[in-house]
Amino acid sequence: MSEVRDELKYTEEHEWVLLHADDTATIGITDYAQSSLGDLVFVELPEEGTTFDQNEEMAVVESVKAASEIYAPLSCEVLEVNKEVEEAPELLNNHPYDDAWIARIKITDKKELEDLMSADDYKDMLEGLV
Amino acid sequence: MRYIPLSEQDKQQMLERCGVTDINALFCHAPQHTLDPAYNLPNHMGELEVERHLVSLANKNKDFAHNTSFLGAGCYRHHIPATVDMVIQRSEFLTAYTPYQPEIAQGTLMALFEFQSYISTLTGQPVANASMYDGATAMAEAALMAQRVTKRSNIVYDTDIHPDYKAVLKTYLSHIDGEFTESASPAETVNEQTAAYIVQWPNFKGDIADLNKLKSTCQQQGALLIVVVTEIVALGILPAPNQADIVVGEAQSIGNAMSYGGPHLGFFACQESMVRQMPGRLCGQTTDADGRTSYVLTLNTREQHIRRAKATSNICTNQGLCALAFTVHMSLLGEQGFKQLAQINHQNACHLADALTSLNGVQVLNTTFFNEFVVRLPFSAPKLVADLANEGILAGYALNDTDLLVCATEMTTNEDMHHLVQAIRIEIEGK
Amino acid sequence: MTVNKRNPQGLLLEEVLLYEQSHSGRMGVDFRAVSLSKDEQRTGLPLRESIELPEVSEPQVVRHFVRLSQKNYGIDSGFFPLGSCTMKHNPRLNEKLARLSGFSQIHPLQPQSTVQGMLELMFNLQNWLNELSGLAQTTLCPAAGAHGELTGIMMIRAAHEDKGNARKVVLVPDSAHGTNPATAAMNGYKIVEIKSDTNGLVDIQALDAAIEKHGTDIAAFMLTNPSTCGLFEPNILNIAEKIHKIGAYFYCDGANFNAIVGKIKPADLGIDVMQYNLHKTFSTPHGGGGPGSGPVSVCAELTPYLPIPLVVKEGDNFKLIEEAPKSIGKIKGYHGQAGMFVRAYAYMLSHGKDGLKQVAEAAVLNANYIMHSLKDDYFMPFNGPCMHECLFTDKQQKETGVTTLDIAKGLTDYGFHPMTTYFPLIVGGAMLIEPTETEPKEAIDEFILTMKELANIAQQNPEAIKQMPQHTPRKRLDEVTAARNPILTYQMSRQTQA
Repeated sequence: MSEVRDELKYTEEHEWVLLHADDTATIGITDYAQSSLGDLVFVELPEEGTTFDQNEEMAVVESVKAASEIYAPLSCEVLEVNKEVEEAPELLNNHPYDDAWIARIKITDKKELEDLMSADDYKDMLEGLV
Repeated sequence: MRYIPLSEQDKQQMLERCGVTDINALFCHAPQHTLDPAYNLPNHMGELEVERHLVSLANKNKDFAHNTSFLGAGCYRHHIPATVDMVIQRSEFLTAYTPYQPEIAQGTLMALFEFQSYISTLTGQPVANASMYDGATAMAEAALMAQRVTKRSNIVYDTDIHPDYKAVLKTYLSHIDGEFTESASPAETVNEQTAAYIVQWPNFKGDIADLNKLKSTCQQQGALLIVVVTEIVALGILPAPNQADIVVGEAQSIGNAMSYGGPHLGFFACQESMVRQMPGRLCGQTTDADGRTSYVLTLNTREQHIRRAKATSNICTNQGLCALAFTVHMSLLGEQGFKQLAQINHQNACHLADALTSLNGVQVLNTTFFNEFVVRLPFSAPKLVADLANEGILAGYALNDTDLLVCATEMTTNEDMHHLVQAIRIEIEGK
Repeated sequence: MTVNKRNPQGLLLEEVLLYEQSHSGRMGVDFRAVSLSKDEQRTGLPLRESIELPEVSEPQVVRHFVRLSQKNYGIDSGFFPLGSCTMKHNPRLNEKLARLSGFSQIHPLQPQSTVQGMLELMFNLQNWLNELSGLAQTTLCPAAGAHGELTGIMMIRAAHEDKGNARKVVLVPDSAHGTNPATAAMNGYKIVEIKSDTNGLVDIQALDAAIEKHGTDIAAFMLTNPSTCGLFEPNILNIAEKIHKIGAYFYCDGANFNAIVGKIKPADLGIDVMQYNLHKTFSTPHGGGGPGSGPVSVCAELTPYLPIPLVVKEGDNFKLIEEAPKSIGKIKGYHGQAGMFVRAYAYMLSHGKDGLKQVAEAAVLNANYIMHSLKDDYFMPFNGPCMHECLFTDKQQKETGVTTLDIAKGLTDYGFHPMTTYFPLIVGGAMLIEPTETEPKEAIDEFILTMKELANIAQQNPEAIKQMPQHTPRKRLDEVTAARNPILTYQMSRQTQA
């Protein structure tokens, strides 16, 4: 069973969001996502300062035989990207929730927070997928 | 039919297992009225009859085995060592598929790795792919890649590029926004909206540009420099075009017959930073479960079978066997042989140029050239081409009414040159 | 190299790159001595210095490539049931004929009067394809199947533009080859994917909904028929009618033409444009990935947009048409993959209309025979009858942990080339098996028995199958490292080692 952390919010696209107090958040892909993608070999991150609408394609992760888009979980501006996962995509396989965050973002539309799932809801969704 | 093994008895047994009695029952989902229409075509022929028919067609062509030729213009006649055809006719190479199952395709894969290595080192570019259809489509793909890399849409290209290459570029880019400008003076036309400047090297008329100047023009505007080589043998005498960001072109000259224009061998090489924007297949080195050095197609996520609508190109089948022929021939040549081949080509072209300029009223227009150059004639070039064709001499490619593009390779003998010179002399003196 | 070369390995000889066999001063050619002095050369640039090509003699080159060939598997080696790829026998006659100097040693820019035999061959080949498709005219220019698709969609765009609106959308079923969406995208079209129904066919409701939504923004519908699931689209006439009703064109990906060649004319199915893969249906060799050839036939309405050149007959002479006002222009240098035309034409003459009909029938019979023989051993996602290929998945092996990849690798240990795996994408763990018409029944039976044995091993000893292959030139490869740290040339390999 994939790990789901209680302190995080989730999307249907298997991304996690860690909300911070100052309307910023850290985002990444879930344990379920990394294990279904398999060994990741390449990550393409957005440039810092770019803005995205909610659900707009913002990054790509690739395994040997698949490429998957990462969609902006919220409308946002990218404050910082994790250069380390660009250098070593395997971090996403090994530590999806810790070292392998993808980007820090500034949330531009707080109403959209309602669209995110709680850990329990995400767990239910995963169970439905099995 | 000699290629279809099923006997009547086989068919009966197999139909039985399928639970049907008639073959058309298996075509039950097709509209029944469309089955077995009338075809206005002949019935099958034996091997002998087919051979006779095709030999009779082949005999209607004036081939270079029996005629003298000075035609180049992007397709070159070179000697192909016997080993090349022996290797590419090996069943295991000839009848293999794209090496998607690397455990049983190491032969094709290692040869592709050697091909990429040769193209890379010849062009002075860090990476090369496993081939493109031909030089013209490789150039169009290079322009598309330059647009992706620079996120700009305008392309400027030199006037003296092979006309087919320009035409294919135009077709490929016809639906894309952006300006496509033909210009012989990039300093004036390349600007901060230009994705790339494309130059053929040596150019269609044989002249050889100074790439350093072009490089600095492009660099100032942040545009890429695309160098197109249609005669790869030139890279045995010219310094590597490592000023370029992308080098593409045609490698038919090494190992591949002219074959009325195809199959030829497009190649594509570029800077390492662009590798994930490249079109086409790439072969990489790795290890197997026992730790042995092995080869595998890699960076596949760029390609259509994975990335679909977002692929860098739609190319799938490329020119694998032509790349193998190139690799075998280039391996035979090696460092010294390839340089010698280039020098012999150049020397023969120099001799031809001297012999032609010795004629009254004939002028070589080039200041620089490798194995091909333009001569201006004091009479009609197209007429000369037509007249000499009847005598078994393919005089070259008429660029316009007076100018003839002629080529000499290692295949061109002193006797061949003498024939051409004599024929032109007679034409002049006849005036 | 980590291999100890002194290990006994029988005939499975190890071979290293020619770069690693290179010694200064060796050569595989003999040229007359030449040394150009500075004033003798007219390139305007200094002579090239080091290129870094290997230096080896002819016997070394011969042995190198012969050893490499022995690590490969081709149709001549054995059964090659690679779905969607039509790996049929490649007659040697065709190779011999393509090498006649009258075909191989002619230049594309020779005066046309000196290549009448070649032009006649091209003209005849165009006519054969016109007749087999029932369509109006054929271009031979495209270099491969995907290139033919590109040409086809470009013609469609040109025809729409001519009517005043290029339109925006191309409909593509989700079961399509990746080249279809990639082609439409390369032409600037937006792709709208049409879901397949539970039978693996075009979901007519989904198609209707897309037509409803996009209407006359739709430029074309690209359908592979028979489909990539190996099924004949039973609603094809109905689909054609819907597409034509909104003024769009019906494009057929002809990759699977082998199932119906000489048996059904695509034009009779309402198809407007179709590309062939001469290296599939008409048996020009795959050559380890090419060259191919991808002629395209079109309906009368699209003929003005055909690329140039086109071969025509005027009196007794054959001629290249090199200018046409509405043509999309040139799609490839010169006139196409002429050497492939010779091979395909020889193949057509050898078969004739009677033989081609047998091709389709035997290909379809062989596939159905395999389908019926394996239906208890592997999961069949869709009911037949199938056409020239049959589709299974690894669903029945799920509990054992054995996947399609394992079955495929297992087959190689038994001397078979694997089937196409994980395509089409609309079913999980796809195994697409295309026997072609040129297999004897004994080879097919042996394959069936092997597939049954692998299904059995999967049940009894799944770990064993995960270790396969053991008897191939290489075991499973580390593709992850290859993609994370690409080593694409010998020079990069040396840098990595250093």
